[in-house]
Amino acid sequence: MAPVTPPAAPQDKPRGVVAWIYKRFPVQEFLSEQLTGYYAPKNFNFWYFFGSLALVILVLQLATGIFLTMFYKPGEATSFDSVEFIMREVQWGWLIRYLHSSGASLFFIVVYLHMFRAMLYGSYKAPRELLWLLGMVVYLALMAEAFFGYVLPWGNMSFWGAQVIVNLFGTIPVIGPGLVEWIRGDYGIADATLNRFFALHVAAVPLALLLFVVLHLVSLHHSGSNNPDGIEIKARVGADGHPLDGIPFHPYYTVKDIVGMGVMFVLLAIVVFFVPSFGGLFLEAPNFEPANPLSTPEHIAPVWYFTPYYAILRAVPDQRLGAFLMFLAVALFVFLPWLDRSPVKSMRYRGALSRAALALFAVSFITLGYLGLEPAEGRYVILARIFGFIYFAFFLLMPWYSRIDKVKPVPERVTYHGHA
Amino acid sequence: MAGDVVIGDGEVDKSRRVFLTAATATTGAIGVALAVIPFAASWLPSERARAVGAPVSLDLSKLDPGQMVVPIWRRQPIYIVRRTPAMLASLANHDDRLKDPTSLHSEQPAYAKNVDRSRKPEYLVLIGICTHLGCLPKARFAAAIPELGADWPGGFFCPCHGSRFDLAGRVFDGSPASVNLRVPPYAFEGEQTLVIGVDAADAKGAA
Repeated sequence: MAPVTPPAAPQDKPRGVVAWIYKRFPVQEFLSEQLTGYYAPKNFNFWYFFGSLALVILVLQLATGIFLTMFYKPGEATSFDSVEFIMREVQWGWLIRYLHSSGASLFFIVVYLHMFRAMLYGSYKAPRELLWLLGMVVYLALMAEAFFGYVLPWGNMSFWGAQVIVNLFGTIPVIGPGLVEWIRGDYGIADATLNRFFALHVAAVPLALLLFVVLHLVSLHHSGSNNPDGIEIKARVGADGHPLDGIPFHPYYTVKDIVGMGVMFVLLAIVVFFVPSFGGLFLEAPNFEPANPLSTPEHIAPVWYFTPYYAILRAVPDQRLGAFLMFLAVALFVFLPWLDRSPVKSMRYRGALSRAALALFAVSFITLGYLGLEPAEGRYVILARIFGFIYFAFFLLMPWYSRIDKVKPVPERVTYHGHA
Repeated sequence: MAGDVVIGDGEVDKSRRVFLTAATATTGAIGVALAVIPFAASWLPSERARAVGAPVSLDLSKLDPGQMVVPIWRRQPIYIVRRTPAMLASLANHDDRLKDPTSLHSEQPAYAKNVDRSRKPEYLVLIGICTHLGCLPKARFAAAIPELGADWPGGFFCPCHGSRFDLAGRVFDGSPASVNLRVPPYAFEGEQTLVIGVDAADAKGAA
């Protein structure tokens, strides 16, 4: 493959308005640093779609969300009706809302695949620990955003979901009960709760999300992208000063990502047009009834992206320990860069132990996700305990198995099969 | 350098600069901390929410033995059960299967800290919110019903996470809930009127 050089700067100098702007704002410098001059490893595979796809969904959620706020009226008396108004009477309102509600689930699908990619190729390891931490902040903000958003339609599952999640904070010793009252702003989930969740959902959390996405990207472009071989491409630089195994993000990866985007939007369209509630996974049946503080739905399950943690919560017969383990299950991801003691990054060059551990983890995460949707009875609880145990063992035993695991030699250059 | 405090032989007085920087930063931090208070306090229940949370009166004369009514107090359903002698007798035989049979670790006014957890044994008054995560336990007053087993003495069953409580709101072993259902402050005004939210009939309201 011929060495690739970034497109040369335009020969003729910009004139007029363009020149005026360029003199006052570093447009060209920014584009060349972040896109045409940002060298990404040339061996990216399927798993590398999901970062940029997450960014696309963020834009989708912001755009559809802004339009929903134009019709939605937060408040105990108005929320449910205004969502029905959007669905039945606002021109194309159903499309905007279904894009937003399906987009939420799609966001988590993409983010979970993105996180799994990082675990598969050791992308959280040095020098990318901070990149991983910033990504974790984005994930936590996303979970908060999804939870607040789920409360807004003020259906019966919104109400009882809020009740269960807010009460989790009541299990904190000493300050718990007061904290719960403070979060709700009333003696139960009420108008005050709904309004503050609306403010958090449409202003506070999205702003934080945007900020941390930008920080995540700044950190990425500073350390450079990892790749399926887990090799630092910056270690081998060509005569032009660019990594030998790198290609400019634009146009090479922007074009690749546009294909991924197309596929993703086709899948999104199928969901939006044909199965918007996705069999109760994306929108749950009890949420088509207005909130009723006097009637708990027969079976409370959160939306699918929280069910792995919910299964852990319910598997523990002690409420305080259950809530603690649930929060721990989320928090353990934060410590991955320090739990992993393997000398190599990518699973391609790790031994059977690490590979088996990651496979078991993936299986237990998905199984817990399924169990969290089922009632907390009999064999489901037993299974949740078994897979919960595997889940925690994956993290807590990692310093041991990742160190003794047999690793293969890592090649000096990335593995790449060019196309004729 | 311009602006630096120069002592005698031209040395910069760094310690003075450090002190002034630290003092300014500390004052600023205290100011920010104080400014946070009104914003944090705005999340507490509003005056209106507090006013709506005033005590509630209820006429019990139409409540038959074995029946339950569910009024709302402070947005919480209050379960009031007029217990029959048989229901009261059902409380006696399962202390060994309860997490907190004497309500040592549970929340109730002093006058309800007894075996039947009530002022008058005939009337059970509970906050109908599961102490696990806040669902509404369902009334399952009949003993030994199939879904809850042959040793079920009658009580409450939470559909969300499977917590079980007896007819005094005491939690059974094996439930995810750790403590008994809470008892609100309440008092009787005469024989038939129940006031929820006060500890004595002439009091103004719960703290």
